[in-house]
Amino acid sequence: MEAFAALLDALVYTRSRNAKLKLLADYLVRTPDPDRGWALAALTDGLDFPAVKSATIRNLLTERVDPVLWSLSRDYVGDSAETASLLWPEPAEAPSPPTVSEAVDALAKMTRATVMSELPGLLDRLDAEGRYALLKMATGAMRIGISARLAKTAFARAFDVPVEDVEEYWHGQQPPYTPLFDWAANGAAPPSADDMPLFRPFMLAHPLEDTVLDMADYAAEWKWDGIRVQLVRAGGETRVYSRSGDDISATFPEMAEALDIDAVLDGELLVRGSHQGGAAGGAASFNALQQRLGRKTVSTKLREQFPAFVRLYDALIVEGEDLREQPWTERRWRLEALVPRLDPERFDLSEVIAAETFEDLRAIRGRARDDAIEGVMLKRRGSPYVAGRRVGHWYKWKRDPLLIDCVLMYAQRGSGKRSSFYSDYTFGCWDGDPAAGAELLPVGKAYFGFTDEELKFLDRHVRNHTVNRFGPVRETDKSLVFEVAFDSVHASKRHKSGLAMRFPRISRIRTDKPAHEADRIEALKAMIRD
Amino acid sequence: MSREFGWIRPEPWGIHVVPADCWIDPARPVERALVTHGHADHARGGHGETMATAETLAIMKLRYATDDGAVPVAYGETIALPGGVAATWVPAGHVLGSAQILLEHAGERILVTGDFKRRPDPTCAPFEITPCDVLVTEATFGLPVFRHPPVEHEIAKLTGALADNPERCVLVGAYALGKAQRLIAELRRAGHSDTIYLHGAMEKMCRLYEEHGVDLGDLALVSDVKKPNLAGTIVVCPPSALNDRWSRRLPEPITAMASGWMRVRQRARQRMVELPLVISDHADWDELTRTVSEVDPVETWITHGREEAMLRWCQLNQRRARALALVGYEDEDD
Repeated sequence: MEAFAALLDALVYTRSRNAKLKLLADYLVRTPDPDRGWALAALTDGLDFPAVKSATIRNLLTERVDPVLWSLSRDYVGDSAETASLLWPEPAEAPSPPTVSEAVDALAKMTRATVMSELPGLLDRLDAEGRYALLKMATGAMRIGISARLAKTAFARAFDVPVEDVEEYWHGQQPPYTPLFDWAANGAAPPSADDMPLFRPFMLAHPLEDTVLDMADYAAEWKWDGIRVQLVRAGGETRVYSRSGDDISATFPEMAEALDIDAVLDGELLVRGSHQGGAAGGAASFNALQQRLGRKTVSTKLREQFPAFVRLYDALIVEGEDLREQPWTERRWRLEALVPRLDPERFDLSEVIAAETFEDLRAIRGRARDDAIEGVMLKRRGSPYVAGRRVGHWYKWKRDPLLIDCVLMYAQRGSGKRSSFYSDYTFGCWDGDPAAGAELLPVGKAYFGFTDEELKFLDRHVRNHTVNRFGPVRETDKSLVFEVAFDSVHASKRHKSGLAMRFPRISRIRTDKPAHEADRIEALKAMIRD
Repeated sequence: MSREFGWIRPEPWGIHVVPADCWIDPARPVERALVTHGHADHARGGHGETMATAETLAIMKLRYATDDGAVPVAYGETIALPGGVAATWVPAGHVLGSAQILLEHAGERILVTGDFKRRPDPTCAPFEITPCDVLVTEATFGLPVFRHPPVEHEIAKLTGALADNPERCVLVGAYALGKAQRLIAELRRAGHSDTIYLHGAMEKMCRLYEEHGVDLGDLALVSDVKKPNLAGTIVVCPPSALNDRWSRRLPEPITAMASGWMRVRQRARQRMVELPLVISDHADWDELTRTVSEVDPVETWITHGREEAMLRWCQLNQRRARALALVGYEDEDD
């Protein structure tokens, strides 16, 4: 438990992703089974102890500490588990900490009836850091920025195995993941996954940049603006997975119900509409899809208002046959044969763009702006389906970004290597004619797109042009113009400007342009394609 | 408010000793000031006469470049003030030269602790318990969550981080007066004999400590060495320099901060600290409450800090207490 507590503390204070990976990987290598598996589950919120609630902690403490002192302390610290770990009376004897697995076993055995008498014994065996770790583990909600993806990457790094394999074998495994550690650390056979609806890592694309491709070797498809999903049916169950491998079946139950053939399919989840590609395109805007995202349950009304479907890109496995080693043309042929057997209300096929030459494709892509499609995808006809981003197989050729000139309004320091630099910028457009007294309204925030040299310039600019400070935020004198590039802009009730930009980045610093010549809100509003 | 101690009056800008017409740690210029210690929130310049320990006066001279009206007082020495008031300076264990001030008048004893701690500190004289009728105490860390761990434990965290990262340096933010020197002295006590590098703002105060007999070992300025030579070293700077441009000259610094506030994770995160060191020159909750119990005064007055919890503790322990609500003494960087 001490090593886990030390890891947890180090993770709390570490901001850089790389440093977090190193801490986690080192811990996994050093720690024996099954402790490391339980720790991993605790860090990724994979554990649940129903008997221990935040209220349990409060009740335990107010039995031992004056309630007024408890609440003054809790208000100051801002976290019940941490407050309790600091306030818990130090035991008279030196602590004899339990292992992580002992702690997990003990917590799992507790019931609401026994927790008040059993948890104190466990707390008495730990020091302040250990008590914090135990209470955090018991109540969940670590909030230390360890995503499932980060945990898998650290696991791969710890045992020098491909992260794609980790992704594939991880799904369907339960804490403490002993077969997974047996495979990665001890060279045992990988855990089997045939009869389970497991996630397979996605194949991803590189940006095309300036390359010209031979259309004899590549096929082109539209890059639809929805969310990439994987549908998996096995062992009588269907799951919908997001790009990060999260199970979103409950958010899109109609999709989980619709697939009745054992298969693993790759496609774009969209909502019915005519916004992307007109009536023939058949898909609503990303904004419409957003009404459905992030919900744990979904009402019938919402399902009817925003009906979901999947536009299929690829077939990884069909009726037990793994096609991933096959070339794209073979998989495409199998996909085309499969689609007529599926519910047409929920599935269609991503069309292959008829382009004889790359120049043809360039012309077709140029018209995509009006259709609100993100761009085109290029897939090498001979490419197998491989996890991650491999050079030469798939490319995304996004349409050119939209551009607008904005004025720097506020800046904030970044994190990690950038913690001494003002590197997060909020910028605005004029709410009318600046000569007539119009003001700037913030329209977006960006923290990349510039070079290291430009960052130094911007940092200096912010320091020399500060007019106000609000905690960590500096307000500048609104003299510097940015050309901001972004993928699209949408109406939004959440922002004062009524606008939300997607994927904004600093494209150029326009020291040549006076602030009053920056764009107005109307210019940005005119770019909305909702 | 009780009437019997009416000859001393707390005002928001200091404690007025009425019969002698002098002030303890006044925040504005006065005729005669009695100063507990050299931190800027307690020791301001511009007074007609300043009575303090010789060490505190030396610190003030370094800060304000003048010692006009300085009246040095030794620990244990009793000074007769006008109006039948006697004042005695008693060690407070906070920083070099820090003192509690005991005031006696008409058979009543009032003790003003100034800032204090009870733990051993190789850079200053230890706190002494002094019986009194009224204890005027600070309460910077007056919440039961503040229990400072043993300093050896925190120093081991620091040297451990250094050993684990030989290609980086550990940059410790520490208050320039007191904390920095104590940190260095504790590192020396733990056997760390390598050169310790200083931010320029630290140098003079360290030299002053050395002149007063505190051995800080081998020190050098960051500005005197090239970046690669700082790998594997400890660098000490004021907290304000931790995440600012100055630190870019260091090789991938691990940012640490030595402060009692580091006990609370969110406070450490707000300061972007990677290695929080819970080292404080103020009494923690246990020291505060133990001091009240040991001094056992008729009344306890709480000057600054987290008064509410201390008042509650006094109430629970059947002790008379009140909060004075003095302003401007909040020690954010301790």
